[in-house]
Amino acid sequence: MFFLLRWVESLGATIIENLHALGEITLFAGRFFYWMVKPPYRFKLLFEQLYFVGNKSIFIVCLAGAFTGMVMAYQTYFGFKLISVDSLVGPVTALTLAKELAPVLTGLIVAGRAGAAMAAQIGTMKVTEQVDALEVMGINSVQYLAVPRILASVISVPMLSALFLFVGNIGSWLVGTKFLSIDEAIYLSKLGEFMFLEDIWQGLIKAFFFGFLISVIGTYFGFNVTKGAEGVGKATNLAVVWGMILVLVLDYFLTSFLVHIL
Amino acid sequence: MLSFDNAAVSIKDLTKTFGDHTVLKNLNFDIPRNKIVTILGFSGAGKSTLLKHILGLLQPTSGTISVLGKDLSHMDRMELREFRRHFGMLFQYAALFDSFTAIENVAFPLREFTKLTNKEILEKSAGLLDSVGIDPISHHKLPSELSGGMRKRVGLGRALALGPDIMLYDEPTTGLDPITTNMVNELIVSTSMQYADRGMTSIIISHDVKATLRISDYIAFLHQGMIEEYLPASEFHNSTNKLVQEFINL
Ligand SMILES: Nc1ncnc2c1ncn2[C@@H]1O[C@H](COP(=O)(O)OP(=O)(O)OP(=O)(O)O)[C@@H](O)[C@H]1O
Ligand SMILES: [Mg+2]
Repeated sequence: MFFLLRWVESLGATIIENLHALGEITLFAGRFFYWMVKPPYRFKLLFEQLYFVGNKSIFIVCLAGAFTGMVMAYQTYFGFKLISVDSLVGPVTALTLAKELAPVLTGLIVAGRAGAAMAAQIGTMKVTEQVDALEVMGINSVQYLAVPRILASVISVPMLSALFLFVGNIGSWLVGTKFLSIDEAIYLSKLGEFMFLEDIWQGLIKAFFFGFLISVIGTYFGFNVTKGAEGVGKATNLAVVWGMILVLVLDYFLTSFLVHIL
Repeated sequence: MLSFDNAAVSIKDLTKTFGDHTVLKNLNFDIPRNKIVTILGFSGAGKSTLLKHILGLLQPTSGTISVLGKDLSHMDRMELREFRRHFGMLFQYAALFDSFTAIENVAFPLREFTKLTNKEILEKSAGLLDSVGIDPISHHKLPSELSGGMRKRVGLGRALALGPDIMLYDEPTTGLDPITTNMVNELIVSTSMQYADRGMTSIIISHDVKATLRISDYIAFLHQGMIEEYLPASEFHNSTNKLVQEFINL
């Protein structure tokens, strides 16, 4: 009985804590919008972050995209062959990549790479008083540190997702037509028959929101570091865990919403 | 209690409460221009909180703070931001931007707040680094490649870049070895003298009684949110306040 009570109590506390954090994150996102529209616009910082979030993720996104496409082709091929629809490997892979795998996996990769780095960088600046130093100079730290990172992420993640999709399709095409014996012409014609622009849009819209989510979470946890180096490690960890989980959660809601409007 | 006309900082009846914890209690405190004033006190006395009020980073629960004759409570956030350019601050661990070189750290406020050309900015920054004793080979080093003492020097150079009217030092010597501690103290004094013609005021927060007695013009002792004692440095060790005696003899 006692244990049960304790358990309910701690469950309740966890829920309240997380709801509280969610509220704080929403407020933080509001501050981002406020400081985003306010001059000065710091293009140099934006480009630095675009380079970091975008360019530096290209290799790993290509790698992940290629292998995802290749494995998708394999898996669908052997299933589809049983019912003699192996010509549909192309469109099925392409659609799955476009709507789900490209944005979600890109989101997870960027959460692990850039979201974590944002929390670590800003967290370090926080505990070493660099954030205070900015504020004392009269520079808003959200504007200086969070705005370029969030904007860069919102711009980069859709582009990386498109790259993932493109490379993934090449991987799938290679495996489908070179290793497994799907006819090249049929592969392409089926792709054209079943794949539409809306499908690509759906993925890009998702990627846009994932980019926002990941970077808001990364920067939020960075700014909320309190206790020294240990706190930075914890914030980095939280940024990755929450970034990834919320990408998956948001993916469900975006899907259920987008299937109705697209 | 000492009071001054035309003070750099004038605090009247300042009270600050966080939740139900009153950190500053009805504080009255004037800081004269062109002097070095140190605020001493035990950990948790409210020193940093006081400093943040002077900088306009925290708003008083009640009371007023005037800096250089301007009442901070009448300023909105934008005006406060602008106003902070009158301050220079040296942080405990220098708080240099770790992705910038020494010279770029010093150049940072100049790039942000002046319309100088790049060449002028670099010349001025190099001059500032020279004046705080950083030799040219170290100008392009990153903070991680500098010693603690050198970082403090660069931090001071950055704080002085815009020619502040008030320099704030937050525990400038805490955590430093004795030799570097001496060096930083000398630096505070020489900076104060160097900028004396501009009427620069220095405010130091410290635990270090000995150095404080040596370098300050005035010393305030803050205890549990109240100024227990405020005297010229030369008279401070004669204070009859029990807490002050306890602190000095610690
Ligand atoms: N933002 C805040 N919210 C709640 N309490 C605070 C806040 N800032 C400071 N305090 C409390 O105010 C008291 C004074 O803190 P302050 O940092 O000003 O002390 P200090 O004299 O600078 O101490 P130290 O020498 O350790 O730096 C402490 O009890 C602290 O917990
Ligand atoms: Mg303090």
